[in-house]
Amino acid sequence: MNKITSRITMTKSELIDSLAKKQSHLACKDVELAVKGLLERMSQCLSNGDRIEIRGFGSFSLHFRPPRTGRNPKTGTSVVLRGKYVPHFKPGKELRERVNQHAAPSESPV
Amino acid sequence: MALTKADMAEMLFEELGLNKREAKELVELFFEEIRAALEDGNDVKLSGFGNFILRTKNERPGRNPKTGEEIPITARRVVTFRPGQKLKARVEAYAGSEHQ
Repeated sequence: MNKITSRITMTKSELIDSLAKKQSHLACKDVELAVKGLLERMSQCLSNGDRIEIRGFGSFSLHFRPPRTGRNPKTGTSVVLRGKYVPHFKPGKELRERVNQHAAPSESPV
Repeated sequence: MALTKADMAEMLFEELGLNKREAKELVELFFEEIRAALEDGNDVKLSGFGNFILRTKNERPGRNPKTGEEIPITARRVVTFRPGQKLKARVEAYAGSEHQ
């Protein structure tokens, strides 16, 4: 069984704040525009059917879901659902290793 | 052609006017920040794009596909990516134009 372990979340605005603190020579607004621009560029790339490859982080690609016959749960009538692409992420080696390194529950309270 | 960090830095240089060094550094730091958050046990939620979610997996029986030998797959923590509604819709739109 898979369990969801993490309770804490980093959001986009927290990511922006944290980057802005570390790049204090850049205006906060520029960091915000940069992060939003990067995510937009990545989304654009995937919606054009292209891959994203970031060494040490991972790669994003599209997986094809073949057409299938679904059912309208309310009426029970069958509906033909056409094939579609869905985004897929494969974590890179460094990310996999770093995330797994801390998997063991820590003995000392933080 | 796959999108790389170099392309992303180029975009920041051209569209935001960061200098090349700043652009390269910021792209590097962007991914490092996400990695570090995940490493520390945080999920990362980037609205409009998607969520990077941590899951722990228990040990389970596995097999060496070459030799057929049984070896346990150790318990581990892994990252999964759940694309957001907006990204899914945009990617599906691509499928529509290619497959119809």
